[in-house]
Formats: sequence, structure tokens, C-alpha cells
Amino acid sequence: MTAKKKVAAITANVACAYAMKQIDPDVVPAYPITPQTTIMEEFSNYVADGAVNTRLMRVESEHSAMSAAIGASAAGARVMTATSSQGLALMWEMLYIASALRLPIVMQNVNRALSAPINIHCDHSDSMGARDAGWIQLFSENAQEAYDNTIQAVKIAEDMRVRLPVMVLYDGFIVSHAIDRVELLDDEVVKDFIGDFKPVYSLLDVDNPVTVGPFDSLNGYYFEFKRMQEEVMRRAKSVIIKVGEEFMKVSGRSYGLFETYQIEDAEYVLVLLGSAAGTARVAVDNLRQQGIRIGLLKLRVFRPFPFEEIAKALNSAKIVAVLDRSISPGSQGGPVFQEVCSALYSFDCSPVIVNYIYGLGGREIELAHFFKVVSDLEDLSEKRSKESFVRYLNLRE
Amino acid sequence: MASLKELSKRKEGLVAGHRLCAGCGEGIAVRQVLLAAPRPLVCAVATGCLEVSTTVYPYTSWNCSLIHTAFENAAATISGVEAAFEALKARRKIGEDFHFIAFGGDGATYDIGLQALSGALERRHRFLYVCLDNGAYMNTGIQRSGATPLGAWTTTTPVGKKEPGKLEWRKNLTAIAAAHDGTYVAQTTISHWKDLTQKVEKALSYNGPSFINILAPCPRGWRTKESQTVRIARLAVETCYWPLFEVENGKWQINFQPREKKPIEEWLKLQGRFKHLFKEENRPVIEKIQNYIDTEWEKLLALSSL
Ligand SMILES: Cc1ncc(C[n+]2csc(CCOP(=O)(O)OP(=O)(O)O)c2C)c(N)n1
Repeated sequence: MTAKKKVAAITANVACAYAMKQIDPDVVPAYPITPQTTIMEEFSNYVADGAVNTRLMRVESEHSAMSAAIGASAAGARVMTATSSQGLALMWEMLYIASALRLPIVMQNVNRALSAPINIHCDHSDSMGARDAGWIQLFSENAQEAYDNTIQAVKIAEDMRVRLPVMVLYDGFIVSHAIDRVELLDDEVVKDFIGDFKPVYSLLDVDNPVTVGPFDSLNGYYFEFKRMQEEVMRRAKSVIIKVGEEFMKVSGRSYGLFETYQIEDAEYVLVLLGSAAGTARVAVDNLRQQGIRIGLLKLRVFRPFPFEEIAKALNSAKIVAVLDRSISPGSQGGPVFQEVCSALYSFDCSPVIVNYIYGLGGREIELAHFFKVVSDLEDLSEKRSKESFVRYLNLRE
Repeated sequence: MASLKELSKRKEGLVAGHRLCAGCGEGIAVRQVLLAAPRPLVCAVATGCLEVSTTVYPYTSWNCSLIHTAFENAAATISGVEAAFEALKARRKIGEDFHFIAFGGDGATYDIGLQALSGALERRHRFLYVCLDNGAYMNTGIQRSGATPLGAWTTTTPVGKKEPGKLEWRKNLTAIAAAHDGTYVAQTTISHWKDLTQKVEKALSYNGPSFINILAPCPRGWRTKESQTVRIARLAVETCYWPLFEVENGKWQINFQPREKKPIEEWLKLQGRFKHLFKEENRPVIEKIQNYIDTEWEKLLALSSL
């Protein structure tokens, strides 16, 4: 049953702070960094007003924020935090520990470029740097998705088949600071949806003391632990789908592993994640009017990466253009490109696949850039070239 | 305050089977701390000798709940545990009252974890941080730290033709902790079990943060006999290298005044890490150390008379 709609004109950061208020986590350790800061400022207001029962820890660094989050989660608390860019980089060591200890911490990372030069604007280098940290990663296109993903993240993280930390990602400024139309759920709906958190082990269980984070060595079980982490990450896929279906029931909004637009008969498919999907959709509409068979695949779940499903969705396309908002110096293309390539290769799919790096440090991406991509693809198609390439959009060269 | 007899009847917190070296001062210190600590209790431990030797998976030597996450963040980790406790208690999901202790070596505390410690003290979590000061990074093979005394040999301050061991003074971490107003701060060591256990009891009955710096001699790193650990700790106190004192509500108090301050040479000569200082050309270094200790002791006397 769909609850009566409450609609607000708010930024994604305000929407996420509101989601946190509705979730009312036990502990939130946090540290300011642009463009995340306004989430925590907004959440601090809820704390100051007694609207939540959360212990808000204003820690002295992001490293300590994640360390405290781990301590609190291991003690049986429901824990959330948020960060961006350098903050996520400073947490790097602790990210792996949170996931290896199987602690269902939920964190928004508001995407921002990594220094140097210092730049506060959007790209995805920060979260892509954390792609191997064992966290589930959910990307959001707009404020609505950021809000919805935050609520779903709690349920996914705490599902007994998963018990992994989840990162909710959205674009700095473009999404975090832009006022958007957001449908909000009722508090009760959110409470019922996420349910109570029940820890498996707790440091605060008087009768069953535990040692968390022990030492393991050559004859130990490190390899087996890591294999289990990989296995549970794979299993998370079906839980993410199931939680998406349940969320549909309470919100009327549907969420899967990715979203497709006009790809059924598409010759060309654009693949990307984040806010650029909005512009891409308009580009697709425009080009369709000109008779070009083009579609869009917007990724939501980057970890676990939905290899098989992506391969299936792209198999009948002639050319796939993957757009990456981050760079991996020395590699063949960006992280999304690499994953899509490996999906297509593993499942023996035929499309030619090319890569565009765009939007680093907040560089604009406009309709014209998508048109440029598509004219490249038409060239390729005419030449029947099977060659792949990596190109740059809106770069001064 | 518990008597020796009472302490001896309590359940050990750190049980046999751990892999700390024979004569390790850290093991002795932790046992004393845990004997004095009320239950239930949650501990955090920084990466270092104590952690790798007492939690070899799938075994553990800890009778209470323990969490280890990384090297520089035992204070941040335990502050999260304490916050969780407060949150769950407020929601009536927990009935018992818990105590919280974080253990870190000198590397974990004087150096890489100083920021996390300072932050947790400033936020006023209700916890005790115990620094186990063995004067170097022992777990990684005796590298110098901010706690290593001047003149000491370590593997990164080797004794060469130009340099006679470490060139810098150690930092006064206990005083740094005391600069966090409203923190109960103390310095003690394993030879003075009564002083140590009383300070732990006091710290854990304190409604706020506390910090205890415990000198924990290391036979491997200090190049000393395993049987001499406690004696060396005692001499550190009697030479005033490691004065026993506490700072409570801003008041500094010396807990042990030697009738006659022993010369530092007596302490240095028992330790292989200072062997080179007894060569003729290095004699001035010993003098320098003695002068330094005398000045520091005078400073402490002045502080405690305020
Ligand atoms: C971030 C980080 N840097 C370095 C290390 C390597 N390391 C592990 S234990 C240790 C030394 C520990 O020394 P100390 O804190 O003095 O404790 P001890 O082993 O002497 O008890 C070092 C350098 C690490 N684990 N993590």
C-alpha cells in the first residue's frame, strides 16, 4: 500500500539528513568535509532539538569517525556516518576493517574529486578508490534516489544474508546542493521498513564475551575469510533486488541493480552512473527523434557488480560507450569501463565497447558532449571498426 | 582499595597461553590492570605486541570482550564502544553498567595515535586509556619512538661512528594528557602494584576520561635479563627516570618520593641498549641524561607543590 505522498523541495543532503532522522541510528560519528558537511549540520539540528536519540560523536578526524563507527557497530549499535573525498581517503584503512568484521554500517559518500590540486567538485574518484574495500556501493542520480537508497541501505546492510557495510553515493553539489523534488515517506513507514537492528555478536553481551578483530597468520584462515567476504558480496545481489521490491511496495518507486532506458532495440548504448544520467536521457530522447537507435543503462549497484545482468542487457547492442567520471592512470580506461568490458568478455558478448572519461573535478557535461559521443559511435559503425578506445569529453587539449 | 589478598582471589583477565615473551612487562601490567578493573568490562587494544600475542585466531587470552581494529585508533574505537553503550542504555536495551579500557603501546600512543587519544579525551568519553610504554616499536623489531630515551640503541637509532643511539629527548606524554583538563591522569609501573591497581580503580570510578602511562620494560628491546623486568621498573622509579605521580582536578601529586635519588647510571648499566654510553667518549651523554632527569624531577616537585 502506498502511503499519502509528502513532497518537499530540498537538497539531497537535506533529504539524507531527514532519512537519518527517520532511521534514528544509535550512533553517528562524523567529521565535516565539503560537500558532505550540510548532512551533518542538518542532522546536528535534529540532535540538538531532541528529535532523535542518536549519540552524535563530533570526532577529530574521518579516521576516528570510521574507527568509532566500527567500535559502536561491534558493540551492537545501529551506526551511520557520511563523508566525501579526502575524508573517505583518510578512512581507507578502516573501510576494509568494517567490511571484514561484517559490520552493517551505512555511510553516504558525497562524490568529490581527490586532491591535488584540491578541488571540491564532483567526480567519482573517491568512491572508485574504495571499490575493493568490501562495501556495497549504491549510486544515486538525484536527491530522491539518495533519500531512497539511504533507507534501503540500512535494510540491505542488516539483512542476515549480507551483514556488510553499505556506501550510498551521489554527486557533490550537482545533487548534494541542488534543490529537487523529493517524495518523503512517513516516519512510521520508514521504521517498519527497516525494523529493529539485532546484532549477531556484541561486545556488550555480558554472558558471551567476544574477541573482535584477532590476529591471523600464515597457518590461519585469512584466505578463507576473504573468500567468504566475496561470496557474501555475490549473495547481496539478490537481497538488493528483494529490498528494492519491498521498497516499491511502500514508496511506489522501483529500484533494481541498474536502470535501462530505450535499450530494447538500441544499436548504441550509453553506460554511466550518477547525475549525468539525467542529461543522457534527454540526449537519448533528442537522438531518437532523429531516428538514431540509442539507449541508456544507468548503473545503481557498482558493488556487487551485476556482471551477468549487464552482459545480458548489452548483448544485442552494436556499440557500447561507457562514461567514467574518474580516472585510473596507467590502466585501459576507467573503472566502470573495466567492469563492463569484463562482463561482456566473460559472457562472450559481441558489442564493441569504448570509453569516455568526463567530468573530473566538476567539469561540465552537457547535451553537446553526448551528441559528440554518438557521432563518434556512428563513425565507428560506418567503418565497421572493432577497435576500442579511451577518449576525453570536454577536456582542453 | 583492594588488598593484595583480595586481588589474588580475583579471576584473571588475561589468561595463560598467550605468546608474549618471557619477562615481558606488558603482560604483567595488563594482568595488574585487569585485576583492579571492575566488571563487566570491554577493552580495546591497538596493533602491537599485546594484540598479536594474545588474540591468535581462533584462540584468545581475554576473559572480557575485546576489540582490535588498527594501530593508531584504540582511543577512537573504544570511544565508539562507549557511545554505543550510552545509546543502548538510553534506549533500555542494556541493563548493566560497563567499564571501558583501551591499551596501546608507546608507538600507538605517543606517536601515531596521539590525535585519536587527544580527541577521545576532549570528547570526555568515560574510559581509561592505558599506555604500555616499553620505549620503542617492539612488535616491528625495536624501532625508535617518541618515547625512546635519549642515547638508547634501537634498530633505527643504531650506534655508529657518528651517532651514539637516539639523539632526541623523549616526549612527556603524561603531561600532554594532563593538559586535557578534567582528565584523571597518572603515571605508574609494574614494580609498584599497589600504586598501579589503586590508580586503575580510581580511573575507572571517575566519571570521565582517564589516562595512565605504565612503564613496561621489554627484555628483547632493552637487552635485559628476563628475570630483571620488575627490578628494572623499580629502579626507573628510584632514579626518578619514571616518577610515580597523578593529576586529579588539575592538582599534581607525587606518589613516591625516594629518600635518596639513585644515580641514573644504576638503571642504564643493567640494559644492553645503553651499553655504548659507558665507553669513555660517550660519558658526557650519561651526564646529559642525568641533568635532564634532575631538571624534570625539579619541575615535577614544583608542580606538585602548587
Ligand atoms: C598504520 C600502521 N602503520 C604501521 C604499522 C606497523 N606496526 C604494527 S605494530 C607497530 C609497532 C607497535 O609499537 P608500540 O605501539 O610501541 O607497541 P609494542 O609492540 O611495543 O607493544 C608498528 C609500527 C601498522 N600496523 N599500521
